[in-house]
Amino acid sequence: MSFDLKGTLKPLTALKQFGKKPHTLVDVPSIPLEASDHYRGFHYNDLDECIGCGNCSTICQNQAIDMVPVDGIEGKKGDSGLRPRVDHGRCCWCGLCVEVCPTGSLSLTKDYLYVSDDPDTFLWTPGVDNPEGKERISFFSTEETSLNDFGRIPMPELEGMDRVKSFAEVVLGYNEVQARAEASRCISCGLCTEACPEHMHIPEYINAIARGNDADAVRIIYDNNPLPEMCGKVCTRRCEDVCAIAHRGDPIAIRWLKRYTTETVKNADMIKEVVNPDIQEPNGYKVGIIGAGPSGLTVAYYLALKGFDCTIYEAHAKAGGMTMYGIPKYRFPEESLDKQIEYIQKIGVKIHFNTKVGKDISFKEIYSKYDAVFIGVGFPKPWTLGIEGEDLKGSIQAVNFLYEINNGKTVDIGDKVIVIGGGNVAIDAARVSARLGADVTILYRRRVQDMPADWEEIEGAEDEGIHIIPQAIPVKFYPDKKGHVKAVEYLKADMVADEKGGRPKPVPVEGSNTIIEATAVLGAIGQQGDYSFLEEEFSEKVKIERGRFVVNEKQQSTLDKLFAGGDAANRSADVISAIADGYMAVKGIEDLLVKGN
Amino acid sequence: MREKATTLYIGPQHPGITGNMMVRVKVEGDTIVKATTEVGYLHRSFEKLIEKRNWLQSFTLLCRFCVPEPDPVEESYARAVELLEGREVPERAKYIRVLVLELARIASYLLWYGGQSASLGLYTIGQWSVGDRNYILDLFEELTGGRVYHMYIWPGGVRRDLPKGFENKVLKTMDYLEKRLDDYDDLMFDNTIFRKRTQGVGIIDKEKAVEWGVVGPPLRGCGIRSDIRIDDPYEVYNKLDFVVPVEEGGDIWARALVRRQEIRQSIRIIRQVLDNIPAGKYYNKIPNPQKWALPKGDAYTRTEAVRGEVGMYVVSDGGTHPRRAHFRGAAYVHAITLLENLLVGENISDIAAIMNSLGTCPPEIER
Repeated sequence: MSFDLKGTLKPLTALKQFGKKPHTLVDVPSIPLEASDHYRGFHYNDLDECIGCGNCSTICQNQAIDMVPVDGIEGKKGDSGLRPRVDHGRCCWCGLCVEVCPTGSLSLTKDYLYVSDDPDTFLWTPGVDNPEGKERISFFSTEETSLNDFGRIPMPELEGMDRVKSFAEVVLGYNEVQARAEASRCISCGLCTEACPEHMHIPEYINAIARGNDADAVRIIYDNNPLPEMCGKVCTRRCEDVCAIAHRGDPIAIRWLKRYTTETVKNADMIKEVVNPDIQEPNGYKVGIIGAGPSGLTVAYYLALKGFDCTIYEAHAKAGGMTMYGIPKYRFPEESLDKQIEYIQKIGVKIHFNTKVGKDISFKEIYSKYDAVFIGVGFPKPWTLGIEGEDLKGSIQAVNFLYEINNGKTVDIGDKVIVIGGGNVAIDAARVSARLGADVTILYRRRVQDMPADWEEIEGAEDEGIHIIPQAIPVKFYPDKKGHVKAVEYLKADMVADEKGGRPKPVPVEGSNTIIEATAVLGAIGQQGDYSFLEEEFSEKVKIERGRFVVNEKQQSTLDKLFAGGDAANRSADVISAIADGYMAVKGIEDLLVKGN
Repeated sequence: MREKATTLYIGPQHPGITGNMMVRVKVEGDTIVKATTEVGYLHRSFEKLIEKRNWLQSFTLLCRFCVPEPDPVEESYARAVELLEGREVPERAKYIRVLVLELARIASYLLWYGGQSASLGLYTIGQWSVGDRNYILDLFEELTGGRVYHMYIWPGGVRRDLPKGFENKVLKTMDYLEKRLDDYDDLMFDNTIFRKRTQGVGIIDKEKAVEWGVVGPPLRGCGIRSDIRIDDPYEVYNKLDFVVPVEEGGDIWARALVRRQEIRQSIRIIRQVLDNIPAGKYYNKIPNPQKWALPKGDAYTRTEAVRGEVGMYVVSDGGTHPRRAHFRGAAYVHAITLLENLLVGENISDIAAIMNSLGTCPPEIER
């Protein structure tokens, strides 16, 4: 074997490295290496930003994150009050939790060293146990990198100027592809369920829609809402206000998804077929319901399913209450309501139309005839401004105006209409007037952002060419020679901060008087209840405060067998709260009659 | 007189291989007469676990199929998902993916330098190469946020764009490494000990290699030019100019030479990537992972890892979770079929060197 001199000497060249600096310059772990700017180390959570939605916990495939209560953080609407706790013994530092955090509160830091012989100490609540982490954030999500879908699928609508030509429905509704895509944005955190007065099973039915199972979605919706198409069109959707995605994007279009899925069932028979309700044998109890509005219909539907004999007394020719006679048809078409009412009737609810309690039948009779009575009569009586000229011809209450129009009648409003108020009724009256060909101006005493009306309605009104004059307080209506309203005088208002911390108050500015012409003025500053049908023996006993029945959590009034709900008992003045009242009253009535407590 | 056969257990603690695996060898004197691979020390049900996770979540498992070079598995899965869904990947993301894959290849080969030489008692090289690999891990840390498990390539593109000034850092590291490779030559390829211990040892028969499905450097060491990057180009490999090195002989030496040249080719690829990388998006955002359902169907992708071809097969039943995911790594053939045959007739002292020259990854066998 020959001797390979080169191959023997070459390795000795390694000696030239002698004395060179080593690669590891710092002593790990006593002096840790500084991590890079994007390092995925221990978690940090901004506790104020975090809403406890739990999406981090859901996505974590190592089950390293659980949601725990934290001292000093209370649950509220839109915040579960819980915060993520990370088991750093299970975490694999993938950072998925960060990528799916809808608020962007969760991040990872440059810190990576922790030594302890106690395994329990590896459970940290980021932000609580490492407040100093805020300065060390290295891996975080932006709107660009986040895995949440922040953009809502736009709802197809009629163009602004096409809308005012008719009472055709403005919102055209999602098609199947759009609905599935919108439903797929939902992270199923359930914060919406908490915020919904009726606690609808929102994540569940959105899941069903995303999976392509509309029938399932309809069944889930009917679990606790017998008027879902109504809610799908006109709900005030407090669920969307608290949507986790809304923190950095558009909330999930929960209302439109409900609308989509309920529209897939075309008529009452189909609803019955899809929902396939389990109707129990009659239990012999009879319940009388006054008012076929959302709360009364809810009580009737769920009690009927439980075997109660339910009869509704309705003053008008059609059921639906304000949703029939108050809400304009371009928002909520009649056939959509009819189909839901027909279904409720199909499962055995009796409705006596054109039967006004106190006139066609006495309350006393109803009270004695039924085992329990539910009052859901709403707020039919408008408030008046109490200013000079309000009783002139052409000065009309908006609710009365909407009633006439929805009833198919005509109202002469001329071509220049002033609407006073900033709620949904005001916007409805304005948009209806625009459809009747009038030039419409809304006077509202506060700022536009203070308007209680739905922002989409306000935008819709503006798109339709309606002028809004904010911070305007009407002081006088002027008559023409025939005693018809001719003009409105208003004062400009300054917004003055409330010392008690309430919302800013409008204060009239002296000498800012402005007069605008009008052919009609529609007042829409609110409504009140009318309980004149209660005979004295009842009105004495039942407690009514500030125009509303005083009820317990089961909607039971101070009279044992009398229940009340809807506007007549709650301050929310919206459909979903009325339905929620009805649903609670069902429990109350069942407890009272069947369970005896 | 025939000597009495003795059974020896090599392993399972990293027997000249990265990962836990055991080889049971029957020896007569110091010559092996029978070798049996025993696996099962790393079984974590990767494939079954993937079925229990949504389409995105499993990417934390994928990188654990092979610790020294996790990125090809991430890439092949991401590409399979994209194929199933018909999702486009931005051009920039494709370039970044190639950059990551080639950096991973270099890092993995540097680890191999250490393993291959240490299996022959040459420990200095390992000290150096693991130190040099650290420079690449620094780059990974800056780019992906993780040093070893990057979890960076995912469906739709890559998770983050290149940080500012990153290209220069990569180029600097490449310049350094290129010079450094000469030092390794001095200590390894010019070293008599290394030559004598590797030449003519662990010879793979060319025809058997094809028959058994040997891939990667072991196959190229038999004189067969086979590389998925050329044969079935993915990402932007078809736009890059590089050579697939081939050596004759089929022994450890030939396989080492293949790897030696491949590092230089990877550096060449990286320089081209940095020269040609377009501006633009690095990620086509996937929908909300919780509800992200893929169309019904299946997809198979293959990627060239340092071990050879790896393949990912995914099946979707139209749901939010894979119905089935199957991974085919080179290690299965290399560490079982090939190794068991190759060891017969070899010397006990060469077991570690042969195992290392095949570049296998036991977790890949036990997915």
